[in-house]
Amino acid sequence: MFQLSIADLSQCLARRECSSVELARLFLERIRTLNPGLNAVITLDEERTLAAAAAADRRIAAGESGPLTGIPILHKDIFLAKGWRTTCGSRMLENFIAPYDAHVVEKLDAAGMVNLGKTNMDEFAMGSSNETSWFGPVRNPWRLSAVPGGSSGGSASAVAARLAPCATGTDTGGSIRQPAALTGICGLKPTYGVASRYGMIAFASSLDQAGPMAKTAQDLALMLNAMAGFDARDSTSLEREPEDYTRELTRPIKGLRIGLPKEFFAEGVQPAVTKAVEAAIAQYRALGAEIVEVSLPNMGLSIPVYYVLAPAEASSNLARFDGVRYGHRAAEYTDLTDMYERTRAEGFGAEVRRRIMIGTYVLSHGYYDAYYIKAQRVRRLIAADFAAAFERCDVIMGPTSPTTAFELGSRTDDPVQMYLCDIYTIAVNLAGLPGLSIPAGFDAAGLPVGLQLIGDYFSEARLLNVAHQFQLASDWHVTMPSSFAA
Amino acid sequence: MALTHDDVCRVARLARLRQDEAQAQSMLTELNRIFALMEQMQGVDTTLVEPMSHPRDVAQRLRADRVTESDRREQLLPLAPKSENGLYLVPKVIE
Repeated sequence: MFQLSIADLSQCLARRECSSVELARLFLERIRTLNPGLNAVITLDEERTLAAAAAADRRIAAGESGPLTGIPILHKDIFLAKGWRTTCGSRMLENFIAPYDAHVVEKLDAAGMVNLGKTNMDEFAMGSSNETSWFGPVRNPWRLSAVPGGSSGGSASAVAARLAPCATGTDTGGSIRQPAALTGICGLKPTYGVASRYGMIAFASSLDQAGPMAKTAQDLALMLNAMAGFDARDSTSLEREPEDYTRELTRPIKGLRIGLPKEFFAEGVQPAVTKAVEAAIAQYRALGAEIVEVSLPNMGLSIPVYYVLAPAEASSNLARFDGVRYGHRAAEYTDLTDMYERTRAEGFGAEVRRRIMIGTYVLSHGYYDAYYIKAQRVRRLIAADFAAAFERCDVIMGPTSPTTAFELGSRTDDPVQMYLCDIYTIAVNLAGLPGLSIPAGFDAAGLPVGLQLIGDYFSEARLLNVAHQFQLASDWHVTMPSSFAA
Repeated sequence: MALTHDDVCRVARLARLRQDEAQAQSMLTELNRIFALMEQMQGVDTTLVEPMSHPRDVAQRLRADRVTESDRREQLLPLAPKSENGLYLVPKVIE
């Protein structure tokens, strides 16, 4: 039962083969027994979960259910869920109880999804390995000594270990796609502005985007149908007609033009990753796709640009944590400034402090034009590269991450090495495009490899179609870590 | 261009982050490694390129100038580390 997709579980619920309460109990039990080895889930509230499941069962009985009604879900702990502790992986919010719902949570609740709990994450979503969390690192179910990727590492690890059928994530520089790749699941970052950022604790507001994480592309489409939509409370939410993201799933691949940027197959990619990605592309070719060579000449600049813009926006967003209105406050201080300084030094971990420092510096007098404005100009060049590439192809493919999951602790001493994890994902955020990662094989050690699919603005339905057609012809996405299969 | 120890202390003050001398030293080393990475940008000619602040170049949406927030004091004030009589408490700032 725990192996089933959302689509299959929904059938079981509709046929009364199981109830939502039974599903909630099943996954809560798996979390109780298996999570201690993973540290993927950091907050549970069984009473609330079972009450939501009972309400979903009543909706199903009344014939008022949709495809997500009664399906359990885990939320990344960056999303406010009313009455639930919401920490963002930080000591700063260790005891913060959310006073309202994020738009995404509100929408998934309205669709009848059952909140199972909150997942661990890199502190304030700043990290690529889930090692910066105040609540300790998350482990990868494929190998417990390896990281699950980050920052949505808890959501990824939990779905990979089948502690939940699906989870929410957020992606600022690759935080949905990279952990999805490293744990062998599917994750979608929608076009910037498709899902509301309201109630999603802000990291870098011009890049942050919420998205679904699940086992199949079809499940991502079902979730996105509920997560997407205009919300006046997010000033960058886009006013668009609602769309059905499942509408193109069955479309044949024949004639699809796949763009392969040569920059995605350069030095620094593990041979096993290149091999799996090339095999997946060969499979697409067998399904009738055409291959086009494209180029993203400025892609190498995406990391420096990102590490100016994201910290700049973060330093501004995180100024709100002052120990006055909510969150941690230092126990001892002499005056107001001392209180701020001690509160923030105690409440934020090393990586968050580092990024606040970078951001404060690049926004400070005399450096604003040289760094911040310069980075915004190069950002436009990166976006223009994609626009040129999409004149010649329908979808861009390449690796999601240059490596498979690496060992815990192996990159924590070197921030620059850690930042390079996101070399293939960051440019997509800078351009604001949709990107998707799906499982495409394993390395020799049995660790999953992710294939990244990048589409033009608002091409989510087509991307999901391209991913779904691959999954009809392969079984990487149904393979799960054997030690969690019992 | 490398940052100096003074820069790190100045920025930490601006960011309201207390740091001891050992932290300032290691922060200086780390930041200089990160800023060396950023220098790659400086060689790019961007004279005619407009800065991009929003992926879709969407302007801020306007709304009617009327109050939309309701009074949520009872919900929000209990989240404060210190409050009294419906007010947030902070150390005395005026002598």
